[in-house]
Amino acid sequence: MTKTPTAAQLAAIKAALFALCLVPLALNLQRWFADALGANPIEAITHASGDWTLRFLLITLAVTPLRKLTGLNWLLRLRRMLGLFAFFYASLHFTTYFWLDQFFDLNSIAHDIMKRPFITVGFAAFVLLTPLAVTSNNYAIRRLGGRRWQSLHRSVYGIGILAIVHYWWLVKADILEPMIYGLILATLLGMRGWWRELERRRQIAANMPRPMPGGKVIPLVVKSPQ
Amino acid sequence: MQILKPSDIPPSEITPRALFEDRRRFLGAAGATLAAGAALWAGLLPDARAAAAKLGPLARSPLSTDDTQTGYKSVTTYNNFYEFGTNKEDPAANAGSLVVRPWTVRVEGLAGKPRTFDIDDLLKLAPLEERIYRLRCVEGWSMVIPWAGFPLSALLRQVEPQGSAKYVEFVTQYDPKIMMRRPVLDWPYTEGLRLDEALHPLTLLTLGLYGEVLPNQNGAPVRIVVPWKYGFKSAKSIVAIRLVEKEPRTAWNKAAPNEYGFYSNVNPTVDHPRWSQATERRLGEFRKRPTLMFNGYAEQVASLYQGMDLRRFF
Ligand code: HEM
Repeated sequence: MTKTPTAAQLAAIKAALFALCLVPLALNLQRWFADALGANPIEAITHASGDWTLRFLLITLAVTPLRKLTGLNWLLRLRRMLGLFAFFYASLHFTTYFWLDQFFDLNSIAHDIMKRPFITVGFAAFVLLTPLAVTSNNYAIRRLGGRRWQSLHRSVYGIGILAIVHYWWLVKADILEPMIYGLILATLLGMRGWWRELERRRQIAANMPRPMPGGKVIPLVVKSPQ
Repeated sequence: MQILKPSDIPPSEITPRALFEDRRRFLGAAGATLAAGAALWAGLLPDARAAAAKLGPLARSPLSTDDTQTGYKSVTTYNNFYEFGTNKEDPAANAGSLVVRPWTVRVEGLAGKPRTFDIDDLLKLAPLEERIYRLRCVEGWSMVIPWAGFPLSALLRQVEPQGSAKYVEFVTQYDPKIMMRRPVLDWPYTEGLRLDEALHPLTLLTLGLYGEVLPNQNGAPVRIVVPWKYGFKSAKSIVAIRLVEKEPRTAWNKAAPNEYGFYSNVNPTVDHPRWSQATERRLGEFRKRPTLMFNGYAEQVASLYQGMDLRRFF
């Protein structure tokens, strides 16, 4: 039952998904203006944007496994948008940090990035995410060639790990949430590893020389000495 | 001076803070007649916070700051009280289950006259003062809160600390039936002070805020407040106070010894290993402000740490 949507249906799905991806932003803007973000709105925005960056990263990383499990190959057509939303929320997160939190204090920001491991790691994740966002278009794929484009975009696995480390290092004592996100990431990456391993075995099996017909059959089982 | 128990206060005296604040704002805007009418009408509204009883009268203290006070809502909805959850809104949502009466506090250890105090006796032990203090959280935010209480020294004097007592340990309530069971910290939460810190006039045994008994999420029915130290030193919902000889282990120190020292004095020049302590966000303000040495109480407390390397004893 692997139905593929028509071009028109896919366009509709994409439009709906686009709107859905903007809901977290809309809700937070609404709360900001309604003064409903609690006693420390800047912290609330920092956390919400960080959470959604991580969630979109994981959702993006879930597309391939989901496609393989369901056979719905067209899901792949949604991946670019999801990845770009991860970058979009990361940009909001970073903007919140350097504008609302640090108020463009470049000295303090540079100091933070160099001295605070959790900021260092978050910043690295953001910097690495940027070329992926920039090359998320057909022109870049053509320019780079599919293979180079793909190996560049594999860095998203590392970015996912950096994001978890960033979260893990910033909590004071309660690591429950970063651990849950970490387990989800581990599952998503683990599935890829497992499939790759299966593929490797399949290829080895496929490349094995076939037994020659008509030859002598040598039993491979060693007789036990008893 | 006779301090009324909450149950002694006629209901007509109890004014929920939200209404009280609204009314004040309204008074500013409208004429007196109108305001009286509005107050009357507001008084008829069903009132969710009637339980928060007024403490009074409170003596004013020269130790109070005149910094702008953080609003009641922020003070009571943005809390770190991990027993009721690790998000800031959790304690306000969950601490309602804490039973604060009957409540006793054992004051024990190296004391000539160890004793268990009933919360109602504590309320009458010494004249209650209003102390408006800055509170600086180790996480980098701060508030200004009008606490109500009296110096901890008044309580400690009652039990006559022995000469061998050098430190004070605070043990807080832990009830796994209503509190967090995951071992995020080593429950029960414990804290500690050096005896001279505990006897310092700024160290407040605290029973209320904004003129009312403490809301549960702020550490009801009794907590300490040590304004020159990071907020986590100010233990909430205390059940025992022990005079001891050796420096007690403390909950956060056990959780991360390289991040949370025994002293944990507010110090803009000693960073937390993972973030800077040079600045803070005062809740309600947009830009960060510089953090002051000993949270602005250097004049009163710096002498306690004369000759100590505050980098080592962080
Ligand atoms: C791909 C990149 C990033 C991801 C996935 C990410 C994710 C997160 C997450 C999940 C949180 C915790 C939210 C919560 O507690 O609910 C967070 C907090 C935070 N992040 Fe990021 N982040 C990224 C990049 C950055 C960058 C570049 C910076 C700054 C240079 C940064 C600074 C912060 C700060 C300051 C906090 C709040 C820490 C606190 O409240 O103690 N992050 N981030």
